[in-house]
Amino acid sequence: MNAPPITTASAESPALPNRFDLTAAIKDGLKTALIMLGLSIPILAYKTDQSGGDLWLSPRWGLVAILCALVFGLRILLHAFMATKAAREATPSPHQATEFVHAEPNAFQKTSRFAIPFFLGVALAFPVIIYFIQGGLNESRYWVDLGILILTYVMLGWGLNIVVGLAGLLDLGYVAFYAVGAYSYALLSTTFGLSFWICLPLAGILAGFWGMILGFPVLRLRGDYLAIVTLAFGEIIRLVLINWTDLTNGGAGISSIPRATFFGLPFTSGEGGFAQTFGLEFNGMHRIIFLYYLILALALLTNFVTMRLRKLPVGRAWEALREDEIACRSLGINTTNVKLTAFAIGAMFGGFAGSFFAVRQGFVSPESFNFLESAIILAIVVLGGMGSQIGVAIAAIVLVGGPEILRNLTFLQAVFGSGFDPNEYRLLLFGAGMVAMMVWRPRGLISERSPTVILKERKAISGSLVKEGHG
Amino acid sequence: MRWIQDPLLDVQHLTMRFGGLVAINDLSFKVGRGDITALIGPNGAGKTTVFNCITGFYKPTEGLIAMRKPDGSNLLLERLPGNSINWKAKVARTFQNIRLFSGMTLLENLLVAQHNPLMLSSGYTFLGILGLGGYRTAEKEAIEKAKFWLEKTRLIDRADDPAGDLPYGDQRRLEIARAMCTDPLLLCLDEPAAGLNPRESLELNNLLLSIRKDHGTSLLLIEHDMSVVMEISDHVVVLDYGTKIADGTPSEVKSDPRVIAAYLGVDDEEVEQVEAEIGV
Amino acid sequence: MEIFVQQLINGLTLGSIYGLIAIGYTMVFGIIGMVNFAHGDVFMLSAFIALIFFLIFTTWLGISSVVLALLFVLVIAMVLTSLWGWAIERIAYRPLRGSFRLAPLISAIGVSIFLSNFVQVAQGARNKPTPPMIGDVIVLFQGESGYNVALSYKQIIIMVTTAVLLTIFWYLVQKTSLGRAQRACEQDRKMAALLGINVDRTISLTFVIGAALAAVAGTMYLLYYGVVSFNDGFVPGVKAFTAAVLGGIGSLPGAVLGGLIIGLIEVFWSAYFSIEYKDVAAFSILAIVLIFMPSGILGRPEVEKV
Repeated sequence: MNAPPITTASAESPALPNRFDLTAAIKDGLKTALIMLGLSIPILAYKTDQSGGDLWLSPRWGLVAILCALVFGLRILLHAFMATKAAREATPSPHQATEFVHAEPNAFQKTSRFAIPFFLGVALAFPVIIYFIQGGLNESRYWVDLGILILTYVMLGWGLNIVVGLAGLLDLGYVAFYAVGAYSYALLSTTFGLSFWICLPLAGILAGFWGMILGFPVLRLRGDYLAIVTLAFGEIIRLVLINWTDLTNGGAGISSIPRATFFGLPFTSGEGGFAQTFGLEFNGMHRIIFLYYLILALALLTNFVTMRLRKLPVGRAWEALREDEIACRSLGINTTNVKLTAFAIGAMFGGFAGSFFAVRQGFVSPESFNFLESAIILAIVVLGGMGSQIGVAIAAIVLVGGPEILRNLTFLQAVFGSGFDPNEYRLLLFGAGMVAMMVWRPRGLISERSPTVILKERKAISGSLVKEGHG
Repeated sequence: MRWIQDPLLDVQHLTMRFGGLVAINDLSFKVGRGDITALIGPNGAGKTTVFNCITGFYKPTEGLIAMRKPDGSNLLLERLPGNSINWKAKVARTFQNIRLFSGMTLLENLLVAQHNPLMLSSGYTFLGILGLGGYRTAEKEAIEKAKFWLEKTRLIDRADDPAGDLPYGDQRRLEIARAMCTDPLLLCLDEPAAGLNPRESLELNNLLLSIRKDHGTSLLLIEHDMSVVMEISDHVVVLDYGTKIADGTPSEVKSDPRVIAAYLGVDDEEVEQVEAEIGV
Repeated sequence: MEIFVQQLINGLTLGSIYGLIAIGYTMVFGIIGMVNFAHGDVFMLSAFIALIFFLIFTTWLGISSVVLALLFVLVIAMVLTSLWGWAIERIAYRPLRGSFRLAPLISAIGVSIFLSNFVQVAQGARNKPTPPMIGDVIVLFQGESGYNVALSYKQIIIMVTTAVLLTIFWYLVQKTSLGRAQRACEQDRKMAALLGINVDRTISLTFVIGAALAAVAGTMYLLYYGVVSFNDGFVPGVKAFTAAVLGGIGSLPGAVLGGLIIGLIEVFWSAYFSIEYKDVAAFSILAIVLIFMPSGILGRPEVEKV
């Protein structure tokens, strides 16, 4: 449970012998199992239960025994696996050396050439595909909702990608701008009765403005310090939202936020509603599908603007800043402005996503904007490969859609008993996954960088040359 | 004595202290317009600190650094914010340990160097993002300029490769090309010949001479390689422990006994060896 | 005045807990230059270990002397938490040495999420109260308004334990070869390795010591507040990190000093201003310190190399 096998693999690999040695493997397995036992005492071995004011302990040594046996078995398997791998690598194929050098960029180019239209096509046709698979509008509700959720994170990932991936400034408080956007819409629409289409740009501008305000003090920070200060800012904004009850209604949140309209036509069953105007039979799903296309459009806008900015001087300056800030200054680039634009534009897209979140939920509360959200968005950017747009989209599907699969693994209940709820393990696995991801592919799924301008021939740049920035 | 008649850069009473350490002590020298000026001295003499003061990375504790623009106006570099020194005063530099944007292509490196003019032509991004204004033509011109410098530094074949992939000598030349893309009046080179083989070193000399001749750029360089210094420089300033110990033409400086004693150390054998090298 | 003295006592108690956690941050940052984001959760985990063993000793084994039970609990919690510290470094950080710079921080965030959810899954999401342990207080003096300034036995235990352990630890780092190896690794890891110092072992030991001190803090926290929950790691962790930075990251006396300052600020803020905004105050101090005095009180300033 505490040792994802993959992590142990790379930690141990240099020390392992070439040939599979059973006694050594068993010895090592026993050692690992013993450590597992130590880690399980007492946190797994005894569960604290409560009745009234008293606590008592219920032992779970069976669980500990199973886990230790599991770790023992995995460790031996790992030995066997490493031994065969070592044997394979000891006899290289004659083509290997040349293949490695030439194959990579081309493979990357091919996948991106086909992957982008494919993903775009699937995203555009998604509600229709689901409609036919599920056989009805109401039946496809779950899937379209999931699509909306994933696209929200794709958009947030792309927004944060500007700050982290391009400008190389590690921002652990991105969710603050998401919150600013959501609360902007919630407050503007409930107090002034402004419509979504007016609030959306306002929310973006407000969030961008906050991006600048929070960006200013952190300009001179670098590395982990920058990350921690942005985290502190994110938490401060959340705590203020909780405590400033006059404005935000505190932890209870703001409810009955006006729903989105189809450019003025409400999604209601009565006179003048969307369904009636277009001569359709009323269905609540119309609004959901509209929301799906709304967030798809917003996400694509984010992507389009980012791609555009990368080819403009400001975008190149972001990437140059990530590569070497001192060289940037020596070339006359005002690094303050470059950083602030990155913070502001990233925050603006966070704000757009936030106001979409508010209009979709109809309810906002500070609990939706905790540190974990920031960590998830950051994990999406890092897993995707910093700076890679398509990688971020894939990572969002994996990290947001993946746990949904967990929800549906009901057969596990047959194994672990009926009290077993796979959903409880969502964040546990998420945390372990983040570690495994860093060990396995610290540079993400797509680490190659694509040049913004070419003279003769487009070549992908290996991720090992691309710097990660100082933040 | 061009540096006295027509100085481009006038450094007066420059002092830089780090806590209690005096890195530069009351240093004054001039850089002549159109000259190649060499700043030499033993390790730790404060040469790079002088560079960092001139190019705005350090704010000097005392003293002033005046830049005389061709139109006759004076700019005080120590008062300018760091990034304006390149943009307004037209001073460019390279670094002792090369600082390229290693994950970006050669062409991109040279386009980043033209950030400020391109930023103007893209209407500070607002017009550029909408595809309005003259950004497209401006970018084409910028690419042409980049191509010119890539050809001049013989790197044009690798224009689409990442800068981090280049061999050491090529990286040095690319850094010079990148600095030249900012159209500097003064180019400061921090040990441009370090780590180069004799052939590359010769090539570098030709490049530097041609930069001076064809582009009207004055050069200020820190160098350890005496053959480079003696061959191409018009004016040599010698530093030791943060103070100036000699200032003059190469032939004046190399015969100065103080320079030989301080700069070359007291080891006689080494003195003889270097004397032979510089041809005393 | 009476309230002031009382808050001073409370603040110093809380501050010594923060100081103990802060040492873990400062040592790890000193030696491998990373913010061990999961350290706060290690602290929370140790409080759970202490809680369970305390229950075992008092209800099952029937040890009636609470002080004796606490002593056993402290030792066991230190040992088991050290094992966790070691395992975390081995699995989540060591493979990333030499990887790109953000990797360890992101991995640490992953460990932090993992640990708090692991404890939630294993022990349930509710707050866990302990049976009342030591309730006695010494009344130092009584104010005119009838307000008693009291020093509880708990507070004495916490301050004395902290002082004793810090002295032992200080000796360990200053006088033994382990401490020397540690300081050498802080200066230059590659050179230390070339001189025959086992760098991996030294780093492991740093994590082990940090975790052991976090376990002391966890046990003291449990003793002081009498309640612990799975998400109690994050905020104390941030506060302790603030303490480490305030004191000057990399400096051990600085960490303790910073811890005491943060403890005092928190207690006085709650007493004189508003208790709702006490965490806002902590985060604000963190941001202000990092922005305006990143080298802290006892740290060395960093000069930018060009």
